[in-house]
Amino acid sequence: MTEIVLDLQALTRRFGAFTAVDSLSLSVNAGEVFSLLGSNGAGKTTTIKMLTTLLPPSSGEARVAGFSITTQAVDVRRSIGYVPQAVSVDGSLTGYENLLIFAKLYDLPRGQQQARIKEALEFMDLSAESGRLVSQYSGGMVRRLEIAQSTLHRPRVLFLDEPTVGLDPIARDAVWKHLVDLRTNYGTTLFFTTHYLEEAESHCDRIAIMHLGKLDALGTCKELEDSLGGGSHTLDEVFVHYAGSALDSGGTFRDVSAERATAQRLG
Amino acid sequence: MTAAFIHPFTGFFEKTFVITEFELRKLRHDFTELVTRALQPALWLLIFGQVFSRSGAMHTGNIPYLDFIAPGILAQSVLFVAIFYGINVIWERDLGIVQKFLASPTPRAALVLGKGFSAGIRTLSQAVVVYGLSLLLGVKLNWSPLALLNVLVVVVLAATLFSTFSLIIACIVKTRERFMGVGQVLTMPLFFASNAIYPTAMMPGWLQTISRLNPLTYVVDALRTYMLAGSPSTFSLSQDYAVILLTTTILVFVGARLYPRLAT
Repeated sequence: MTEIVLDLQALTRRFGAFTAVDSLSLSVNAGEVFSLLGSNGAGKTTTIKMLTTLLPPSSGEARVAGFSITTQAVDVRRSIGYVPQAVSVDGSLTGYENLLIFAKLYDLPRGQQQARIKEALEFMDLSAESGRLVSQYSGGMVRRLEIAQSTLHRPRVLFLDEPTVGLDPIARDAVWKHLVDLRTNYGTTLFFTTHYLEEAESHCDRIAIMHLGKLDALGTCKELEDSLGGGSHTLDEVFVHYAGSALDSGGTFRDVSAERATAQRLG
Repeated sequence: MTAAFIHPFTGFFEKTFVITEFELRKLRHDFTELVTRALQPALWLLIFGQVFSRSGAMHTGNIPYLDFIAPGILAQSVLFVAIFYGINVIWERDLGIVQKFLASPTPRAALVLGKGFSAGIRTLSQAVVVYGLSLLLGVKLNWSPLALLNVLVVVVLAATLFSTFSLIIACIVKTRERFMGVGQVLTMPLFFASNAIYPTAMMPGWLQTISRLNPLTYVVDALRTYMLAGSPSTFSLSQDYAVILLTTTILVFVGARLYPRLAT
């Protein structure tokens, strides 16, 4: 029987009168690559923030790696890695130092820290650059370092919020190659949001489409394409069908400016 | 999971020092801020101090005015450096750094106190500057090692106190523009409603009351007692330490409660 590492039960988050995530229920199996799709403002980031214990739910519950996000937050935090959409490594430290601080914060045994950091740097092709300040890194290197940093403690689940936003196609491919390797080598479950449908299509086991806070569709790429009926459909058509035209939502000013700032920093 | 069992208490201080260590590593990569910060105490001591010392308007008893304000200017420069420290966490929030630390198992209070200590250690350079200037101006300093050690401790604690206060403001206002506004509004009243540049005896009654509630007053009192040769404490050193430690503890507790707001 497959083990469930993420189990969301009617997870809901309201901001005043606005419901950002509306009774979201779904589950993700161990080792699965799972993508949350939706236009800006669909509630993807809010969902990730609740699952990473950064934001308490208004109602509902979720279990991450078997731990409750509301009553066992510290256990959840030990079991996950998180790569936020914005740049989350420190430009005023070297690549090595950025990893060392997380090795210490996650209580990796002292004797293992150096070996684990070395392995992570090699895994992400960053060994040669580890002594340089991160402010001198390219966008793709920054993202790979962030992934190395969030997986140093071998989390069961890695959450990634728009992991490839602002990267050129070559850097995007490199990031994806490393993400897929993580799953292959360590069995890490990947839960990520993206705007790029082709990424979801080529790398995901299953996809959930959110629209205005609600889960509109869930399944493998093939299942979603077939669900429209009447001949063959592309994932683009599926997305437009479920998430509607992107014109009717669009996210807040802060969402959009944060995304552009990230793209600018990485680009 | 490879993590060993960590005792909550030692774990807390271990994490606090990890945060401090990495804040200080940043300083090693770029120490220009230490140089630019030296300017402000120099201006206050060399210009303001010299002029008021000549005017004779300040009645500081047996102590010459320049001696009187030297510890006050040290306290002031600690305050000015620490009170804007919160801008860093707003910057880290605009990136995704705060979010990533909050999603780690690090205790919130360790994140807050670690940053506070690092602000404390950063401001030690101000003590070096003020001691240098004091020597130049002929201030009668107390060079006993115990007194010097206490000056260092008080400076670190004071910076921790005010930088944590600053972090709390950052958690509430969340944007750089609002933070700068609030920071400006708070700094001067804290400074002027204290015994930093004039004795509280010269103040009107209402201002004396406010100054007694101002932690900076106790910082200045402790610094003045330890830094100068033959300047007895106004409130007693144990009271100074008690106020500083208690205020810092309360602020770290409040800061730890508010810090997660930065991730939303």
